[in-house]
Amino acid sequence: MSNHPPSNPEKMKKNMEEKTANNKKSLSSRLSMSSNTLRLLIIAIVIFVGFSIVLPGKFLSIRNLQSMAVQFPEFGILTFAIMITMLTGGIDLSIVGTANLSAIVAALILTRLGGDGGAGVSMLITVPLALVAALVVGSLCGLFNGFLVSKVGITPILATLGTGAIYTGLSFVITGGPAITTTQLAFIGSGSILGVPIPIIVFVLLAIAFVVMLKRMSFGFNVYMLGTNPTAALFSGINSNSILIRTYWLAGLVAGIAGIIFLGRANSAKPDFGSSFILLTVLIAILGGVSYTGGFGTVAGVVLAVLSIQFLSTGLNMLMLELFGNSAAIFFRQFAWGALLLLVMVLNYYTEKRRNRAIAPGG
Amino acid sequence: MKRLLSRNETLVAITIIGLILLIGLNNPSFFSLGNIFTLLRTSVVMGILAMGVLIVIVSGGIDVSFTAIAVFGLYVAVKLMKAYMPDAPIWVGFVIASIVGLGLGLINAFFIAQFRLPTLIVTLGTLSMFQGFLLFAIGNEIIRDVPPSMKDFARSAIVRIPLERGTANLHPAIIITIAAIIITWLLLNYTMLGRGIYALGGSREAAERAGFNVTRIQYFIYGFVGLLSGIAGMTFGSLARQANPQDIVGTELNVIAAVVLGGAQLTGGYGTVLGTVLGVILVVIANSSLILIGVPTVWQRVVIGLIILVGTGIPAVRARRAGKRTFGLADV
Repeated sequence: MSNHPPSNPEKMKKNMEEKTANNKKSLSSRLSMSSNTLRLLIIAIVIFVGFSIVLPGKFLSIRNLQSMAVQFPEFGILTFAIMITMLTGGIDLSIVGTANLSAIVAALILTRLGGDGGAGVSMLITVPLALVAALVVGSLCGLFNGFLVSKVGITPILATLGTGAIYTGLSFVITGGPAITTTQLAFIGSGSILGVPIPIIVFVLLAIAFVVMLKRMSFGFNVYMLGTNPTAALFSGINSNSILIRTYWLAGLVAGIAGIIFLGRANSAKPDFGSSFILLTVLIAILGGVSYTGGFGTVAGVVLAVLSIQFLSTGLNMLMLELFGNSAAIFFRQFAWGALLLLVMVLNYYTEKRRNRAIAPGG
Repeated sequence: MKRLLSRNETLVAITIIGLILLIGLNNPSFFSLGNIFTLLRTSVVMGILAMGVLIVIVSGGIDVSFTAIAVFGLYVAVKLMKAYMPDAPIWVGFVIASIVGLGLGLINAFFIAQFRLPTLIVTLGTLSMFQGFLLFAIGNEIIRDVPPSMKDFARSAIVRIPLERGTANLHPAIIITIAAIIITWLLLNYTMLGRGIYALGGSREAAERAGFNVTRIQYFIYGFVGLLSGIAGMTFGSLARQANPQDIVGTELNVIAAVVLGGAQLTGGYGTVLGTVLGVILVVIANSSLILIGVPTVWQRVVIGLIILVGTGIPAVRARRAGKRTFGLADV
């Protein structure tokens, strides 16, 4: 992707042709997007039914369904964060660091001000304060990423690798290593409204917000445009710096929300929590049809991919536990996620190849 | 003179000298031969790994799986030696580890070159895959009772200088690092393959049009990184006198930080062996001596992060002034 402005009419013409080619591709991709969603739906159902048959009475039990229901929102929410950065053609590798730093600042406020060992301030004050603080920390982390990617111009991979280390490092500096424990947010992690666990409600609300933002707002349109063709975006007068900053800010904010869920579920904030989540979120995003070159990907695809991975994770875990024992189950999943990511990308490569052949025979 | 000053290498060298003076004035024992030999021993493994990472970054890619390859090579080598040839000399272990490393590196290369997949995401996947496979299928227990040749190697020295208390030993593993540095330097500067790696980093399309076989170059790059990682892993285990399957993984950021600080750029096919060596020295000094200038070790990670941002930020700002910019994941 070279972004030099065309200097002569011939190049300009070539550029225009490229643009129409891109439009054609985007149209066909958009048409097949719904088939991609359908495919994911089938995958999710097959995995679910498959494990229900292989693990009779275990997978399809009320207890297991409940435990799965509270597990997926935390990495599902993180996937929304990485998804939006991938739509612009970048990536945010610092989301887990951001989420943990947000959780730790929130936990610090809760334990210092309220609770048994704290200053005895009412939960009515400490909880809202902690929630706001987590969101502010997430936002600041995201804004800093956005600044580095857009204004300074560092490649997103290296910028967010660096800031990820800084955010995780700051968490270690704040806690000195051990976790901060507080049960004041337990109502978020284990509570429910009308029988629906709160983490799921947060996940669904975020999904709706992302759909509205990406499909109905000009910001969403610009994000897709920037990811599809930065040159075209530049010439259509989009302020790409502003879009990038807002994108990474949003990723940070969403990671902050994930941090609140971490804290509510685990009742403790640890600097190195969820170290496998980066791989998992990239896997979900790619499985869900988000393109690593930017421009393509839908919320529906990501939601279905989150569910598939949750079913697969729980099912594999139960199966391995039965066959080999606990630690082996963890190691096997680690292997499986990596292998699955590669498999999905190779399959995508062949689908893409076939599609291109279908569009332009002989080309 | 102006060009010399504007080079990353010069900046890093000046920073190193400044840091050394700062630490040395606060704590004169820093300049002791014992401490210098210890620092060299610490930088041995990172130095080997950094050469591999340098080549990948120069080619416009990124590899985050090399630590998993290193520990995989080490663990398999030690396990095989213990099982079949407990009395074999140390070089057997190095040969096994490098073959294993080469094999795993070629798996990376297969996905990257054959399917044109982005290097970050492929190696993120293989990192998890290699480590998961090692722990699941090969072993997850620390091997403390390593073969005798490894124990002997850990204790050996090429220079022994008696001090008031004990001796200052220079470990022979430094020779491996120096060899890796020289080979990488020759490769990048005096071979057509090296030119191809730079060309690929500059622009894939241009490299192809210039007649370079990009697929073959990528197989070489990731195979070479795997080979070096296997050797680095075996070196690490020999120095530590144990094979812990959970070691090394998680230190990839330190190596990447050293390489980008040394001026290697993910875009534009730029990076030198000298810069990388300086970057490694700076990161090792910063990591092991921060406490001497009053920075608590808990800040280490923050410092590594800042080093990455400084190392990438300076060239990015310069490139921006020169009117270029890139921000795609697909390009990597």
